[in-house]
Amino acid sequence: MSALFDVGQTVRIASREPGVHHRVPAYAKGQVGFIERICGQHGRPETLIRGDGQPFERLYRIRIPQTDLWPDYQGSDRDCLDIEVFEHWLEAVE
Amino acid sequence: MNLPTGPHDLGGQEAGEINLTEHDTAWWEWQIDAMVRLALSKGLITDFAELRDGIEQLTPKDYKNLGYYERWARSLAWVLVDKGVVTQSELSERVQAIRARQEKS
Repeated sequence: MSALFDVGQTVRIASREPGVHHRVPAYAKGQVGFIERICGQHGRPETLIRGDGQPFERLYRIRIPQTDLWPDYQGSDRDCLDIEVFEHWLEAVE
Repeated sequence: MNLPTGPHDLGGQEAGEINLTEHDTAWWEWQIDAMVRLALSKGLITDFAELRDGIEQLTPKDYKNLGYYERWARSLAWVLVDKGVVTQSELSERVQAIRARQEKS
């Protein structure tokens, strides 16, 4: 299956609570960033618990400005967070 | 901002003072590490995700008070019982036997 998103594309990290292990921290949910790179395909965290991780999902490295994440951020406005998020947690931003 | 989904979901919260002193790994910590890797290689747990999931099931109080490998130990025990690899009573009996042996020596 081909990648749903391309490098450089702007995406939003979904804001939801699946009630199971899912590897998306609260502070990143709902945040917008761009795809820095694609990191291959890996087992879906939600189904690696008591399962085989199927369907495997593409993993993307998302770059988000620190000043977007933390309103009182004191560092450079060029500082970024790189966070790896699975495809089923990403939404396209027009 | 979304609410944290468990005691592990700490990003952005006040951390307080961080202890940066070096420390040795205790023998029991190596043993826990070995047990987890053995459980993985034997397929008793499918992935580190299952260990992380067990850690996320800890109460906030336990998560805060337990050390790194104590969390691993608690998680591994919980996961193996939850999956039916061992029963809680088998585990408790073994713990009691070891405790009795240690108290004798």
